[in-house]
Amino acid sequence: MKMQKLLVASLFCVGAQLASAQQVNGAGSSFIFPVLSKWAGTYQQETKEQINYQSIGSGGGIRQIIQGTVDFAATDAPLTAQELKENNLVQFPVIVGGVIPTHNIKGIKPNELRLDGETLAQVFAAKITFWDDARIKTLNPGLALPHKAITVVHRADGSGSTWMLTNYLSKVSNDWAKEIGSDKSVKWPKGVGAKGNEGVANYIKRIDGSIGYVELAYVLHNNMSSVSLKNAAGNFVSPTLDNLKAAAGNADWAGTEGMAVVLTNQPGATSWPITGATFGLMRLKNTADVNAKIKTFFSWSWRQGAQQAVDLAYVPLPLNVVEKIESNWKSQ
Amino acid sequence: MKFNEFKQNAANSRRMGDVIFQAVTKACALFLLVLVFAIGWQLVVSAMPAIKAFGWDFLLNESWDPVMGEFGAAASIWGTVVSSLIALIIAVPVSLGVAIFLTQIAPNFMRRPVGIAVELLAAIPSIIYGFWGLFVLTPWLAEYVQPWIYEAFGNWPVVGVLFQGPPMGIGLFSAGLVLSIMVIPFMASILIDLFNTVPTQLKEASYGLGSTRFEMISKVVIPYARVGIVGSFMLGLGRALGETMAVTFVIGNAHILSPSIFEPGTTIASTLANEFSEASGGLYVSSLLYLGLVLFLLTFVVLICARLMLWRLTYQAGGKR
Amino acid sequence: MQWHYLKRRIVNFIGIALTLIATAFTLFWLVWILTTLIGKGWQALDFSMLVQDTPPPGEIGGLRNALVGSIMMCLAGVAIGAPIGVLAATWLAEYGRGTKLAAIIRFVNDVLLSAPSIIIGIFVYALIVLKTGGFSGWAGALALGIILIPVVVRTSEDMLLLVPDTLREAAAALGAQRWRLIVSVVYRAAMRGMITGILLGFARISGETAPLLFTALNNQFFSMDMSNVLANLPMMIFQYAMSPYESWQTLAWAGALLITLSILAINLSLRLFWRDAKKGH
Repeated sequence: MKMQKLLVASLFCVGAQLASAQQVNGAGSSFIFPVLSKWAGTYQQETKEQINYQSIGSGGGIRQIIQGTVDFAATDAPLTAQELKENNLVQFPVIVGGVIPTHNIKGIKPNELRLDGETLAQVFAAKITFWDDARIKTLNPGLALPHKAITVVHRADGSGSTWMLTNYLSKVSNDWAKEIGSDKSVKWPKGVGAKGNEGVANYIKRIDGSIGYVELAYVLHNNMSSVSLKNAAGNFVSPTLDNLKAAAGNADWAGTEGMAVVLTNQPGATSWPITGATFGLMRLKNTADVNAKIKTFFSWSWRQGAQQAVDLAYVPLPLNVVEKIESNWKSQ
Repeated sequence: MKFNEFKQNAANSRRMGDVIFQAVTKACALFLLVLVFAIGWQLVVSAMPAIKAFGWDFLLNESWDPVMGEFGAAASIWGTVVSSLIALIIAVPVSLGVAIFLTQIAPNFMRRPVGIAVELLAAIPSIIYGFWGLFVLTPWLAEYVQPWIYEAFGNWPVVGVLFQGPPMGIGLFSAGLVLSIMVIPFMASILIDLFNTVPTQLKEASYGLGSTRFEMISKVVIPYARVGIVGSFMLGLGRALGETMAVTFVIGNAHILSPSIFEPGTTIASTLANEFSEASGGLYVSSLLYLGLVLFLLTFVVLICARLMLWRLTYQAGGKR
Repeated sequence: MQWHYLKRRIVNFIGIALTLIATAFTLFWLVWILTTLIGKGWQALDFSMLVQDTPPPGEIGGLRNALVGSIMMCLAGVAIGAPIGVLAATWLAEYGRGTKLAAIIRFVNDVLLSAPSIIIGIFVYALIVLKTGGFSGWAGALALGIILIPVVVRTSEDMLLLVPDTLREAAAALGAQRWRLIVSVVYRAAMRGMITGILLGFARISGETAPLLFTALNNQFFSMDMSNVLANLPMMIFQYAMSPYESWQTLAWAGALLITLSILAINLSLRLFWRDAKKGH
């Protein structure tokens, strides 16, 4: 009797294994995780296809796709055309988002504080140590800035957000580019590292006089005070979805190799300076139907999932970019 | 003839059964050796590029710069050692106290529920300690505990340097505190089992000579169990050195080496947890694994010291184990 | 003379008070952590949680896939780690008792016990995930099993050594083969303690996150396929609690509460079982 039960149980398990649809697995950027899981959930309800994406970080995604342990990856920092060729990968933008500096200075409302690129770099590099420093005061003549020490809150884990921010700072500040540089993880001269966007948001909320950087969704969900930045056109802009969209709209997607457009410090009157796209990676070596499934999923998501992306505080790709990507796919 | 053959065959099969069983169990025991060796080997192989690039300087270099490709373990090693030390300083007396209370002092009706409560603390997953530490403990520390300690001790001549820095609630001290809360039930349960093995006759003999309860504990129970007590502390230390999730959320993750325990720092395990998934580029990954190798060896050294101490104690006690 | 006696009584009082403070200190943290856990997780903890899978952000769902995946991997981990641990402990306690090799192996076991779980995850990643070309529940189970082995070895060896030698000698005198007397007599005597040890190890691995990061990854959908990525509670808790979405955060805390309560339930039922069995002696 026991033997029979055991047999039935094992048959059930085997049967369950055979019955599960051949799932597609992806990994990478944690930035894109919420919207990908939203799209995948709806996609599964409509087509029964399971596209499973997990966030382990952009670098992790790149490593895994090169080693072939996942079917597709997502990264905030695009690979160069050289790297794509070496590893037999196809790259395409998936969605656009932004990194927002946020602060906790008592009495200053969201978007009231104005900074420009050079000043922001000096703040993060701990060269400006008090909020009432002359350099900040000149940018904010009417604002009552307290004599409070600045605490920098950055990401402890390697992150695409760090990459985006440091990319921007390297562009607008020669000192930053020389001394610190741009990567998913850098050597911060001072400050505390928090784990994930949530950790950063948490530290900022509790440490008086702190400044850090988080994705737009976290700013909205946690009611944080964001900073207005001076963009390439010389205007001070607030981090809204429209301003992120403006930055993405001016980009030259078609002309860049591997579509590896970096959207920081884009021209445009209302462009938000710290915008960036998250890129998908596929292996040319994947079996044809796996890649076909991935392509169908993304084509569906770009069209049917655009509103869901906006609800989650992302900027969906404009349709002409989508069509360019799809025509690239056909030719590869 | 046939019966003798039968007896001989039976004896052979008996030996065969024993031979097989002994071989199988020995193989499993040796498998442990193989496993540790394999893990160590794997670490060495993966860390080799970093070992070649940095050599011994890796251990003394404080800088951790992924952009420039310069890596040093000093900040991580310092954080690991200091946070574990803080954890032990708190956990050793507390777990001893708890174990003594539960086995020698508490009235019978209290023993079961309090014992279960202590075990429950051990059952909580370490990631919960991390979250609770981040969302609940650190604000409390930042508002009440750290400013108080700073005001009380911050200006003392030598010791004061330990408590500098703005009270953010995160840092080596917070990590040490969370670690101690994790390690206390671990050590306490070993100690409880240990104290329960003390023969009642010894305790009664002590009472018979007129000792107070505390004297019985300090002069009979603890010396009887001192070998096991030291052993449990060393296991607790080993656990604290390697704990990842609970520490990562509250330590502040800054690759700096600071004498103040209120400043943020980092440990080897939390550096690994934070940066391993994202690390791209051979030298970065390999430096992280070099860190892992350092921790592995550090654990080895700590446990060897523990064993030596235990052997000396056992030798003094005249026993052999 | 009076003063000397009084001094001893004061010392006694202080000593006992200190142990009381130590216990209160420990219980204080327990109560605080538990109230946080319950407060944040209680809302989502209901039956629907067990029949729905992990949802996308902003939608209601449950944690069925994570729960099933975790149970499968932990059971598989126990199936891998417990036999090896028990057999190794048997050799240490029976055949290898007092030998130098046994001392070395015991030491090595302590090293394995203290090894950070993330290093074991990286080890299994290099060994299995890279070689087989993908994340899998089996790799996760193996990592958990490796973490379980030293726990089982330690507790089992202690239990086996507690069995008095007189029992072994009596069985031998009756003509039992060595392996027979170990299995039928010694194991049976130490059985309760060894099972407690295995179940405590099970509790430990059910909460481990780091080793699963690089072995089983996680899965948004329901699957019982161990040869592919497998959903699990610790990874889900980790991802969801660090997100900005309330529905996800509540689910994460509910999952954490579930793990803690299950382990408590296992502990309690063990004690009840043991107590009844002891009464039956």
